[in-house]
This record gives sequence, structure tokens and C-alpha cells, in this order.
Amino acid sequence: MAVIERDVVIVGGGPAGLAAAMYAARAKLSTVVVEKGNPGGQCRTTYSMENYPGFARGMTGPELMDRFAEHATEFGAEIVRDAVANVDFSGDRHVLHTAKGDEYRASAVIVAVGAEPRTLNLPGEHELRGKGVSYCATCDADFFEELDIVVIGNGDAAVEEAMYLTKFVNSATMIVVHDEGVLDATAIIRDRAFKNPKLKWVWNSVVEEIAGDGIVESVTVRNIRTNERTALATNGVFLFVGTIPKTDFLKGSGLTMDARGYVPTTELLETNVPGVFCAGDARVKYLRQVVTAAADGAVAAVAAEKYIHEEETFRESVLEPELPVMVAFWSPTSQASLDFLPAVERIARERKGQLEFVKIDIYKNQRVAKRYGIEQAPTIAFFRGGELVEKAPWPTTEQDLELQANRI
Amino acid sequence: MIEVNKENFEAEVLQASGPVLVDFWSEKCEPCMALVPEVEALSERYAANMKFCKLNVLENRRLSIGQKVLGLPTIIVYKNGEKMAELTKDEATAANIESMIKGQIE
Repeated sequence: MAVIERDVVIVGGGPAGLAAAMYAARAKLSTVVVEKGNPGGQCRTTYSMENYPGFARGMTGPELMDRFAEHATEFGAEIVRDAVANVDFSGDRHVLHTAKGDEYRASAVIVAVGAEPRTLNLPGEHELRGKGVSYCATCDADFFEELDIVVIGNGDAAVEEAMYLTKFVNSATMIVVHDEGVLDATAIIRDRAFKNPKLKWVWNSVVEEIAGDGIVESVTVRNIRTNERTALATNGVFLFVGTIPKTDFLKGSGLTMDARGYVPTTELLETNVPGVFCAGDARVKYLRQVVTAAADGAVAAVAAEKYIHEEETFRESVLEPELPVMVAFWSPTSQASLDFLPAVERIARERKGQLEFVKIDIYKNQRVAKRYGIEQAPTIAFFRGGELVEKAPWPTTEQDLELQANRI
Repeated sequence: MIEVNKENFEAEVLQASGPVLVDFWSEKCEPCMALVPEVEALSERYAANMKFCKLNVLENRRLSIGQKVLGLPTIIVYKNGEKMAELTKDEATAANIESMIKGQIE
């Protein structure tokens, strides 16, 4: 039931969250990762990890994630075991309430909640979960030693997990919706799979129903070309049919999500809420892999650091002073602002004691400029008591500006 | 928590008087490993009301399948040799386990 103040709170301790934690902690931000289980996310349930650069063989998902977590804590990030239940993004500081009853307050939040396996809602699927229906090969492979299983899905993850399962099972039958020989998996994985003697292939087909009395006994397979239905006896059904983001708890927080619950971001991984960033599988992106999640974590942490620094500087130098503040929004790419700055500096110097003076590079700090509707450099703006009172875009003559400064 | 296996499952679980919770787990199952501290905390909190056991499915595969457990994590509460309540996969959260325990000791 504590209130915990931090610079950055990271929700989720998968590869994105842990990489973000490492970058944020190294940047000397006080950083906490809130993770409900053991750190590592979905990667923790993946045995074979062959596509993280630098580790071709001999690295497993859990091992790699232990290293990520150690790396983050080594530089001072804290990982707490709790789940964020709801958030309040309406104030200056973002507030997160957890299942254990703690309240976290942070300047920046990185949403790195990831995704979980998608279900198909087939008849029998829900009822027989843990009774032969599985979404996790490493969790359940041992039960199916010497038994026969069915695998639904044919993307990279599905085929790789099926190949892992062949180390245990007697046979794995892949039900593939495409024509013979066509898989969604990439060529290198497909070629390896076609050489695996324990994998059997059923083409142009979908599973319509999973049946069994207390445990899985059979599936109904429908050929989509002939509409022919066949009952196939099996001991287990593994589904690897993509993922859905775990962003349910953010509904109603004001954070924009797409129809499927993924969070759209800018290139800096900003969401629509200032100070809230999204990294990893939960955001709208092209490729969901450990390496892209880790890269997201780095971008989000650096963007969050920049955000915190800019907001603090702006508050201290522009919003908090008692005197009126003259702000020159300038840009090194605009010759006009370079020409105009000396005059502004002189006007400010002459009014020292009556007027504070701040320069803001809008090329580097677009967010603050945008918030006050400032689109071009140079623009001169006057603030008093934390409010914008006047702004004048170029062209402003020196004389006009002197008069304006005097009036303020 | 009492470690149960094919030798003592009958005596410790099925013949026991009062409710018995069995945590089916394996070291390969990451969600199970994540649950371990939560279940241990519950075993201390409800020690007076319920017996807490854990069963390593890797060493007791047939026994597990015999109990119709083919997926992890699975937590089952038995009473008088019968399954009273069961949680599996993503339903097996600390909060759900606690409410299952409460439901069985009332």
C-alpha cells in the first residue's frame, strides 16, 4: 500500500521492458519494472532461440532472459513482482495502481506488456485446455512423449515449436490451410521442417472441433477444397496462431489503441499520451521478435529520458519563474532565426531583472513547440505565471519586439 | 509443501481427510516456476485449513495423465479422493488460486 515515486515505470518485463530498463538505468533515471511473473515474457516459454544476433546455437529463451534481467539490475534498475491493474494518465505525473495495492507515480511510463497466444475459440478448445490443448510447447511437451499430436498454425513460431515437440512426440501432424508445400514460415525453417521425419502434413485443411471426454481424443479436420470432414485421433492439440496484445487494462485510460488492442506509436515510440511510450509486441509494428523488442526498449528509454529532461527544463525555466519569460523558439536549420537571435538576445539583456529569457530549439524539441501551436522558427512567445500570453511568428521587426517586450 | 509422487499420492492426497491442494509443476514450465512463490505464500497463509502438496509431472507422468492433467500449470483441490476444483493455464493465477482455496474451506 505504498506510494512509490520513480522517473520511469516500465510495465512488463519481457525483452522490450528489460532492455528499456537497462537503457533508462544507465541514463541515471530511477527505474522500476513491474512484471507479474518471472522476467522474460513470451521469450521465457521459447526453448530454441536461434535468431538473436550473436547466439546462433546453445542459447535458450529463459537463459537469454535471465541475462537481460541481470543486465538491467546490474545498472540499477529494480524489478518488482506485481501486476498493474489500472492507470491514470490524466495528471502531470502518471499514476499506476497494482494488484498488490501499491501506487507508482512516474514522469514517464513505458508500456511493454507484450502479447499472449491467440485462441481460436474452436468447439472444445476452452474446455480441454490443460487436458491436451496447449499453447506452450516447453510447458507441456513432456506429457506427450511417444504420443501423437496435432499442430495448428504454419508461421515461423508454429513450425519451430512443432520441431521442438518432435523431440518428444511420436508424430506431429501439421494442419495447414495452404496448398501443398506452402507455409507462412520462412524458407530456412520450412526446408528444415520438410526434412523432419516426425512431422506429417495435412494440406488445404482447418481444424473445426476438438473432442474428448475429459482429455483430448480427436479433432475434426475439414478440407477447404472438398469440404470433406475427417475425424483424426490425437492425444494433444498445440495451437500457434499468432498473438494478441495484453493491453486490456489500458482501456479507458485515454491511450489510443487499434481495433485489436495494439498501440500505435511514433518513430520515437510515443503514444498519443505525452510521457507514455509503448515498446515491444504490444505496439503496432511489422516484426515481432526478441531483437526488435529489445530495440524498441532502447528507443523508448532514450525517448523517455529526453522527454523527462525537456519537460523538467521547460517547467523550471519557463513555467515556474515569477517574472515574465520571453521564449525564442528557434531552429539551427532556419537562417532567419540565426539572423534574428542576436537582436532578441540584446532586447533580453536590456530588460534583465524585468524579463527572463529562454531559447528553445524547436528542431530538437518539437513537442513543446507543438503544444503551444508553434510551427515555425523563429517565433517569440511570452509566458507569465505558467501561461502563454502572447506569441508572434516571424517576421517580427526589432522595434515591434521591443514594444511587445515593454508591454509585457 | 509436501512433495507427492506415485508412491504416496494415494495416501497423502486421495485418502486424506480434509481438502488437499496439489500443484502440478515441472522445472521446464516457466509459468509454473513463476507461480511457486505465490503458492508457497498461500500454503503458509492457509496451512491451518488445507494440506498443500506439489507434484513434479516429469517424474510422475503417468500419474498426472491418470489425473487428466495434460497441461501446466494445473492446480487441483481434492476432497475425499475427488476433484473439487481445478485451475489450469492462464486461469492459474495467485488471485484465482486464493479464491478457489476460500471456496473449498468454507
